[in-house]
Amino acid sequence: MLTVKLQQLSPIPLDVEMGCNKGEVLALVGPSGAGKSTVLRCIAGLHMPESGMIVSNNQTWFSSQENIKQTPQQRRVGMVFQSYALFPHLTVADNIRLALNKQLTANEKNDKIDYHLEQVNLKGLAHRYPYQLSGGQQQRVALARALARSPDVLLLDEPFSAVDKVTRRKLYMELNTLRRKLEMPIILVTHDLDEAAMLADTICVIHEGKTLQQGSPDEIFLHPENTAVARQVDVRNLLSGQLVEHDGELKLNWHDYHFSIAHSEGFVADQAVSWMLSPAKILLHQRVRASRGEQENPVTGHILDSVTLRGITTLIIEIDNADGSRLQMDLPHHVALRNQLIIGETITMSLLAEDIHLMAD
Amino acid sequence: MDWQSLEVSITLALLTCATLLPIGLALAYTLAKNNFYGRGFVEAVITLPLVLPPTVLGYFLLVGMDNSSFLGQSFFMLTGQSLAFSFVGLWFASIIYSLPFAVQPMMRSFEQIPIEVAEAAWCSGLSKWQTFLKIELPLAWPGIITAMVLSFAHTLGEFGVVLMIGGNIAGETRTFSIAIYDSVVAFEHQQAQIMSLILLAISLVTISIVFSFNRKNSRLV
Repeated sequence: MLTVKLQQLSPIPLDVEMGCNKGEVLALVGPSGAGKSTVLRCIAGLHMPESGMIVSNNQTWFSSQENIKQTPQQRRVGMVFQSYALFPHLTVADNIRLALNKQLTANEKNDKIDYHLEQVNLKGLAHRYPYQLSGGQQQRVALARALARSPDVLLLDEPFSAVDKVTRRKLYMELNTLRRKLEMPIILVTHDLDEAAMLADTICVIHEGKTLQQGSPDEIFLHPENTAVARQVDVRNLLSGQLVEHDGELKLNWHDYHFSIAHSEGFVADQAVSWMLSPAKILLHQRVRASRGEQENPVTGHILDSVTLRGITTLIIEIDNADGSRLQMDLPHHVALRNQLIIGETITMSLLAEDIHLMAD
Repeated sequence: MDWQSLEVSITLALLTCATLLPIGLALAYTLAKNNFYGRGFVEAVITLPLVLPPTVLGYFLLVGMDNSSFLGQSFFMLTGQSLAFSFVGLWFASIIYSLPFAVQPMMRSFEQIPIEVAEAAWCSGLSKWQTFLKIELPLAWPGIITAMVLSFAHTLGEFGVVLMIGGNIAGETRTFSIAIYDSVVAFEHQQAQIMSLILLAISLVTISIVFSFNRKNSRLV
C-alpha cells in the first residue's frame, strides 16, 4: 500500500492526496504541466516537496513532520522514465545488472537478468546496446531494469508516449498481462484518457497540481464529482440546467424539457446544476421495434454529423426546442446502418433518468 | 637538434595533463551539474586564458610567482627555490594556461548526459559516487580524452607564457617551441624546419586520435 500526501507552493504548486494498493494500477491523469510527473518524482525521491508524507508498506519515505527525507537509493522504487533513460554505454544485460541487488553472486545475477528479460519478452537481446533496439524494445528494457530493483512501488512516467501507435497497442497488452503477476502498487502517469481507462484500476485526476478526484474509471468518466473533473476527462455531453420541483419530485429543467432524474441526493429545488450523460448511454428509439425505456425522458433532434471509428459511430444531434443545443450519441456502426441514421435524419432518443449525472455548479 | 628541449616539453605536457585531469574533472562536473550564483563568472575566469594574449597572462603569472608574492614566498619557504624561472613555475603556468582546454570539453560532455540517466541510476540503487564512476564518467569519456589531448598539444606548443615566466634555461625551462625560436633567430633554418615538422606531426597525430576516438564513440552516446 502506498499513501501519498504532498503540498508545496513552488516550483509547481501541489496539493495532492492519493493512495494505491498492492497489485493495483493507479493512473495519474491531467493535462501537460498539471504536476503529474512532479508527483512521481516526489515518490521516487528525486524531488522533495515542501510538506507532506509518503508511506510505502508502513515505511515512511518522506515526512515533513518527522523530518524524514529518504534518498532515491534508500527507497525501493522502480521507475520507467518517459525517455527511458537507459545507460547508453551498457548492454541490455548490464543495464539490468546495475539495478540488481549487490549481494547476489554473478550466477544469481545472470539468472535474474534472464528472468527479467523473459518477463518483458526480450529474450535473446541481452547483448545488444540500447541504440540497436527499437523504441518498443527500449521501453521493455527500461521496465525490466525497473523490475530488477525488486521495487516496493513501480512508477511509469508516460511510458508509451515515445512509441508508435501499433507498438503502443502491443505494449498495452503486454503490460496488462505482466501487471497481473506483479504485487506492488503501480503508478502510471499519462495524459491519454483511453490509456488510463484501459490499464488502470483507479484513476486520479490532477489539475494545476491539485488532485480533483480519485476513483474507478467508471466513477471518473460517468460520475465526475464536479465540472472541473468532467472537463479534465473530456466529458462530451456536459450541459447546464436547473432543478425544479414538479409533482413533488425533483426534475431537471433543460430548455423546454423537464427530465426525471434517478439520483438527486444532496440537491435541492431551484438549484442551478451542471449535468452530463455519457454518449454511449443515450437510448435510441429504433424504427423497427420499440426499445425498453422509450417513455423515459424522450427528446427529438436531427443528425448534424456522423463519424465512425473502429465500429463505433458518433452522431452529433441538434435537439429540438433547445436553442440549438447539441448532444453526442455513440452507437455500434451496424445499429447506425440498420436504422439508416444519416446526416439530416430526425431521430428520437431517451435520456434515461438513471444515467443523468448531476454536478453542483 | 635540441632533443633536451623536446624532453622538457613532453615532460611538461604530460605532467600538466596528469594534473589537469582531476582538477578539470572536478571543475567541469561541478559546473555542469550545479547552477549556482556566480557560475557565469567562474566559467569566464576559467576561459580567460583562451582569449588573453599569452604575454598578458605570462605577465600576471610572473607577478604572481614573484618571491614577494604569497605564492612565490610560500614556494620559496617550502623548497628554498624561486618559483619564477623554474620548471615547477612553468608547470603551474601551464596548468592555468591549458585549463580552458581541459575544462570546456569535459564540461560539454557532462552537460550532454541527460539528467534522467543519472536519476535512473539513483533509482536503481547506485550512490552518487557509483553513478559518477559507472555511468557519467564512461559517458563523458570522449570529452575527457579530447580535453587531455588538447591540453597536451596546447602545452606542447605554448610559447608566450613560457618566454615570460620560464626564461630560456636549458634542461629546465627551454621548451621545444622556444628552441625553434632560438634556431630561427640564430639563422639555423634547417634545424628550425625539422623541429617544426616534429611538432606539426605530434599535433596532427594527437588531433587525429581525438577525432577517430570521438567518431567511434558518438554512436554510443
